[in-house]
Amino acid sequence: MSGILVVLEDREGRIGRISWEAVAAALQLSSFARQPVHAALLGADTSTVAAAVAAKAVDGVVRVEHPLLQSYTSDGYTHALEQLIRARQPDFVVFPHTYQVRDFTPALAARFGQSLIGDVTSIADGPLFTRQLMQGRLTGTYRHNGSGPCFVSVQSGAFRSDSVTTGTAPVESFTPSLEAAQIRTRPGAPFRAAAQTVDLGSAQLIVSVGRGIKEADNLPLVQDLAAALGAELAASRPICDNGWLPMERQVGSSGQTVAPKVYIAIGISGAIQHLVGMKASQCIVAINKDPDAPIFEVADYGIVGDLFEVVPALTAAIKAAKQ
Amino acid sequence: MKIVVAIKQVPERDAPVRIDAAGRWIEEADLQWALNESDAYALEEALQLKELHGGEVVVLSAGPERVGSTIREALAKGADRAIHIDCEDLGQRDALGVARLLATAIQPEDPDLVLTGLQSDDLGYGQTGVILAELLNLPHASLILHVEKSDTGITVKRELEEGWFQNIDLPLPAALTIQSGGAKLRYATLMGIKRAKTKEVRRIAAAELSAPPEAAVVLDRIALPQKQKITQVLSGSAQEAAAALVEKLKFEVHAL
Repeated sequence: MSGILVVLEDREGRIGRISWEAVAAALQLSSFARQPVHAALLGADTSTVAAAVAAKAVDGVVRVEHPLLQSYTSDGYTHALEQLIRARQPDFVVFPHTYQVRDFTPALAARFGQSLIGDVTSIADGPLFTRQLMQGRLTGTYRHNGSGPCFVSVQSGAFRSDSVTTGTAPVESFTPSLEAAQIRTRPGAPFRAAAQTVDLGSAQLIVSVGRGIKEADNLPLVQDLAAALGAELAASRPICDNGWLPMERQVGSSGQTVAPKVYIAIGISGAIQHLVGMKASQCIVAINKDPDAPIFEVADYGIVGDLFEVVPALTAAIKAAKQ
Repeated sequence: MKIVVAIKQVPERDAPVRIDAAGRWIEEADLQWALNESDAYALEEALQLKELHGGEVVVLSAGPERVGSTIREALAKGADRAIHIDCEDLGQRDALGVARLLATAIQPEDPDLVLTGLQSDDLGYGQTGVILAELLNLPHASLILHVEKSDTGITVKRELEEGWFQNIDLPLPAALTIQSGGAKLRYATLMGIKRAKTKEVRRIAAAELSAPPEAAVVLDRIALPQKQKITQVLSGSAQEAAAALVEKLKFEVHAL
């Protein structure tokens, strides 16, 4: 048993950024584990993406192809990768922590008597894997115990995709044995709920509100601030889950990804699902009563205080400054 | 439809987080506990399916004595009965270890549907439901917002990234992990709370289900997160802090 297998996601004929980040993580792991890195791609025809990966500094590319892998199903991917892993016996299997990966890797790992170390943010010699706990309020360091492959998925944005240098890697094929009857679910085509009328992605200023606002009746407080600033209003998931603001104003992994000049997070604790959607903002302001809230880890400016006092004061100060 | 909902008791959202002496977990002594958020949505989905199609909702939870209060809450909201796996060392088991415990308890129930929340708010592994499907040999789907019964099984609405969704057809029996926000959560009524006291809670010792397995993945130590940025904290009264922020936005960020 040896080697590091990194499984990449083909998104409409392209390798997405998070998959390159997984390659970066695999290469980093390889610097500790001194083992070669092979990249695997799954699909009915992976020729285009395989060529893109073969031009990078990996030791090999495996095209895992079968007509039943045309579109993603948990059953198809689990069976195919189980066969590949049994055939190659890698020590480590690395994935990007996407919704798709979350859907099947826990089952895949269980087939090998393993648990996935999921959503990893850093890898140190050992190897030791760090991930977040308690919604980002703590970090935990994990190690793999005993024999069998170690399954790891890496968090979006945690490893640098541009650290993956160019190279020339040999490409090989692997044909899993799959039967239609093994695939028990029938996935439909992806759709969007409604036409987007708010484009948070191009907003320069965003005022974003979270659970700290307590109830819908308090929203005018942040709406006034947004109006005074000329900012778009956004929210973290719980606000949209409650129906207080429409889903299209949600920032985070399940909503929009934004990178405005200024992002003012009000009453948002900063769970990772929210942070991934806004941490690329040029300037982050956090207003929160809890000084230990994870939002302060990414904030440039922080006000620790009661938003019901701070926000009206800020609205007034901005109005005064603009006169 | 017979539905088993696996729920977890977790520290309350705003609970103080203090690392324990061994550096492996947090001080639990004075924590407040609550039903994990996405598990509350899983329970809600189960109760709504039962209201539409009849059947039974069984809640299942593993943990020490204190878990009983969360189980009662689920019963008060409308679950019919409960199974409590007495387990003092839940935190030492990895995702597979916990799922094995739950799966062994679910097996004899032979449910049509197994529901769990997407992810726990404490450890956040996000794996239990998917591993349960594997151990029970059930088809599954994750990140589900809505479940509808169809002629051949169920059709579920799955959340994808960046505002996209997808419908998936599954035969029954099946397992689903439920995402938060798909339905409006109910509160327990006074009548519900009263009734819950008479409902069956069967307790099983974890040791009866499976020997504590050797964990494949071990949590070595926990720590406070490292700051990614140097935050300038603006102090003073609300007015002073607001005025200071406006200065910064104007002269340092050039955004006003």
